[in-house]
Amino acid sequence: MPEITYREALKRALREEMQRDPTVVIWGEDVVAYAGGGAYGVTAGLAKEFPGRVRDTPIAEEAIVGVGLGAAMGGLRPVCEIMTVNFTLVAWDQIVNHVAKQSHMFNGQIKVPMVIRTPNGHGRTAATHSQNFDAWFASIPSLKVVAPATPYDAKGLLKTAIRDDDPVIFLEHLQLYSTRGEVPDEEYLIPIGEADYKRRGKDLSIITWGRMTIESLKAARILAEEGIDVEIVDLRTLRPLDVPTILESVRKTNRAIVVEEGWRTGGLGAEIAATIQEQAFNYLDAPVARVAGLEVPMPYARNLERATIPFAEDVVEAARAMMRNEY
Amino acid sequence: MDRESLISLYRQMLLIRVFEDRAAEMYAKAKIAGFLHLYNGQEAIAVGAVSALNPDDEIVVNYRDHGWALARGCSARAVMAELFGRATGTTGGRGGSMHLVDVSRHFWGGYAIVGGHLPLAVGLGVAAQYLGTGRVTLCSMGDGSTNIGTFHAAMNWAKLWNVPVIFVVENNQYAMGTAYEVHSAVPMLTKAAGYDMYAEEVDGMDVMAVREAVCRAAERARNGLGPSFLNMVTYRFRGHSMADPDVQRSKEEIAEWRKRDPITRFADEVLLKRGLVTQADLDAIRKSVEEEVEDAIQFADQSPEPPLESLYDYIYMQPVSNMQIGGSLIRPPKLGGRVAPNGKR
Amino acid sequence: MPTNITMPQMGFDMTEGTIAAWLKKEGDMVTRGEPIAEIETDKTTIQIEAFASGVLRKIIAQPGQRVPVGEVIAIIAEPGENLEESTPAPPAQAQGTSAPASQPPTAALNAPVIASGTVVEGADRIIATPVARRIAQEHGIDLRLVKGSGPEGRITKADVEAFLATMQKPTLAVSAPAPEPAPAPASVAPTPIVPPQPVPAPAPSGVPGAKQPLTRMRQTIAARMVASKQQVPHFYITVSVEMDAALALREQINAALKSEGVKVSINDMVIRAAALALRRFPNLNASFAGDGIQQHSSVNIGVAVSVPDGLVTVTVRDADTKSLKQISQEMVALAARAREGKMLPSDYGGQTFTISNLGMYGVDNFLAIVNQPDAAILAVATAQPMPVVREGQIVIRTMMNMTLSGDHRVTDGAEAAQFLNEVKRLLENPWGLVL
Repeated sequence: MPEITYREALKRALREEMQRDPTVVIWGEDVVAYAGGGAYGVTAGLAKEFPGRVRDTPIAEEAIVGVGLGAAMGGLRPVCEIMTVNFTLVAWDQIVNHVAKQSHMFNGQIKVPMVIRTPNGHGRTAATHSQNFDAWFASIPSLKVVAPATPYDAKGLLKTAIRDDDPVIFLEHLQLYSTRGEVPDEEYLIPIGEADYKRRGKDLSIITWGRMTIESLKAARILAEEGIDVEIVDLRTLRPLDVPTILESVRKTNRAIVVEEGWRTGGLGAEIAATIQEQAFNYLDAPVARVAGLEVPMPYARNLERATIPFAEDVVEAARAMMRNEY
Repeated sequence: MDRESLISLYRQMLLIRVFEDRAAEMYAKAKIAGFLHLYNGQEAIAVGAVSALNPDDEIVVNYRDHGWALARGCSARAVMAELFGRATGTTGGRGGSMHLVDVSRHFWGGYAIVGGHLPLAVGLGVAAQYLGTGRVTLCSMGDGSTNIGTFHAAMNWAKLWNVPVIFVVENNQYAMGTAYEVHSAVPMLTKAAGYDMYAEEVDGMDVMAVREAVCRAAERARNGLGPSFLNMVTYRFRGHSMADPDVQRSKEEIAEWRKRDPITRFADEVLLKRGLVTQADLDAIRKSVEEEVEDAIQFADQSPEPPLESLYDYIYMQPVSNMQIGGSLIRPPKLGGRVAPNGKR
Repeated sequence: MPTNITMPQMGFDMTEGTIAAWLKKEGDMVTRGEPIAEIETDKTTIQIEAFASGVLRKIIAQPGQRVPVGEVIAIIAEPGENLEESTPAPPAQAQGTSAPASQPPTAALNAPVIASGTVVEGADRIIATPVARRIAQEHGIDLRLVKGSGPEGRITKADVEAFLATMQKPTLAVSAPAPEPAPAPASVAPTPIVPPQPVPAPAPSGVPGAKQPLTRMRQTIAARMVASKQQVPHFYITVSVEMDAALALREQINAALKSEGVKVSINDMVIRAAALALRRFPNLNASFAGDGIQQHSSVNIGVAVSVPDGLVTVTVRDADTKSLKQISQEMVALAARAREGKMLPSDYGGQTFTISNLGMYGVDNFLAIVNQPDAAILAVATAQPMPVVREGQIVIRTMMNMTLSGDHRVTDGAEAAQFLNEVKRLLENPWGLVL
């Protein structure tokens, strides 16, 4: 299979869906002109291919989301790009009070087939530009939240998200755009709400998503050399959670580490750990452990930034400690 | 307009007035809970504006939405039942007073976050533009919403993309309890001027003036001339909501505005003056309106509450297989949905 | 029709109000929508309007009175209309935070979450992971018997599984050494190198012809015995011991200790004799350790004890340093706990030599299977009168056969024979056991 980047996989998904459905439009800051298309190049070239359907917007995230919402209500399938997840905060009222309320509060009279694409992450960009809000989005009823880790998943999930009749928060990651992976030329879709075993193992379950899936896979290779055989459950969808798959894995291995990039307090890891102990208590051979980002506003300095974010080595350390019965 | 149409305008305004007075009574009797924002005094705006639009034009309004729902043709029964929180209400008791809706009538709902619905209205306009439906979107708001960020973002976007949208400011002089001169730096029309948007100031207590202004704005939008901004000067005869002691407005001020009551004015200056109706006709209309509202109250009171089993309906329009919410399998709440289960049912 | 004016709800969080003032007197005309009273809530003072036109016929709630929402505070009637006799009584004074008049019937949703029952366990609570508890429960294992390897001695799944594999209701050959004395790892690991072959099922105890499922204990016995027979090259040496002197001494001892309730058995004497002999033959107090022979510093004698559903092996630790009396008392306690299934972790495992005594079953002689990782096991038969030759004469003596099974990787026939004869010597000259 040909290898392409995560960025290219996203673009192919957008292109295929725009070819398939004329109501699909792309709106966002700098998705047309700047640097050839998109702050991170995802939409490069699409404006030329699809005249009038890819449009630059004002820097007004509340309006990008709000106008996208109204357009979705009115019959379009907008893909709204918010340049980074940090700027979704400006649109938080629109997302929580409007996008996520329509279908249920109006008793099924209104549907909102829109996608909000935005990247998590960091890159020496300091506190206001280096954040993860996965847990916040994932706590909101009626949203669907996905966070693919690989080019394959990114393409399949974005296509599904665009076709979905519910609003989908599509969380990308700055550090993943240039990663490569196999993506077939043939069309495929990946269902929302299904986790994926990125590695099968018997000793402990690592439950993770997004960039931390990649770090966890690196960790798994190191651990394998030490005789520790980890299983990696890549959630892919953060809401609704694929609880059955999480439980299936934990019931097999009897040990779980939840690995997330964001802050520990109130993180999605807390929800997953709680769910495991509620529903698989009798299968646990150790407390559910968490690997998470340190709880500080992200500093700019290289060494401080690196100390704040979890990497493969942190996963390795946690896994070793768990196998040594230290938790 | 012909006689029947004019009488219809009168009847709609009166229906809203009587409906709101009885709603206040039902609130005081604790039949209605939460927030209740009444439309008394502003009836001419909803009735006049709706009369100027096509049935498939889009309407988006704020939380003071009973008048709009009734003017758009929602039954008094459905609206009252919604206020009562009953299964027969416009959203089956989910949205309540502030979130009435009827998409079959292109009434896209009442929105309760000040200014929150403005971008959404622009989006409906963009969709109509993109799909070439020729529909116009009317978006009403209070004067208080013209200071928030979404107002400016929406105004800018509407003008930038030449969106067929009509912004109607129901300028009742108060943002909740804060007077216009206390909350706004500039006169209302200056805000439209900032975006070089077509704007008019309208007597919001004259149903014909409202109707004509909206007709002009809709015509412009349909002809590709983009958005309009209509500052409709009006006054609410009651407090902001039922919880408002209404102490910040002087009795004299309220009395002065009451002299311009849109309903009696329309009766006196149009219907009676032109000899279209007699006082007896008007009395008969009032009697029929009172009966309609009484019927709505009886209907609402006798309607069932929504079934608990429906609680998770429409969480998603496209459900996900094997979905759990909050770690629990989706199930009717009486089976234990709120209590975290152990996975064994 | 008279119309009741009730204390209005004026805001979603209002449950009661106080009459601040009546703006109308009894007998005044009021019109619908006209303010008739001022109500004080905890937030503000608000005017209330009449929802009917007529005459204010009766004021029920007086200024200053606190009234719950929904209670009647006044009555409006048509002019000239008579109030019916059923004029409401003055409203009850609101108490504290009285509930709103109409409580929405959502009891199901408002039902409190059931408090989770917290079982308070004492300080002796066993610390074990949930999965360890589940597996233990499934196999009927008393977790008090399992040693935990986790933090604070937490018992993990691996601990329970190891217990299952080696010690669960330990049979004759089902105990592993405790950490002290520490044998080399290879000798600890009871895992057979060759997978167990199918063994003939034990004689069925239930319906004839019916196949009885293996109990966990039988599975363990099967695996351990097959492993020992496959791995350990057994050899056997039998001696015949004259027990008359030992029995006579035993009688004397028991008579002397009767007041203390001590009753020394033949087996106690065999334990003592074997322990003392092992001191002199350290190579038999040892284990085969793959690349060496691990001699043990302590002499811990394992003793097979019959229990209702099989056999367990209890351990008399440091038996060479204990008196017959001590050994006897200890064996009584160990056997009792074993039969009641209440063994302590120190009651089993860690043996360096094992004794199996079938004396009570009237057997002439039998051969035992080495209890790995021990180097040898002693099978003790019934002491019974036998004709023997003493000084050219046939005489009757109480004879007891003992057969030692040895691990030929560790020891040889000559050494084992010397050891066995030392045991025999000690039993035939029993004062050595008490001195």
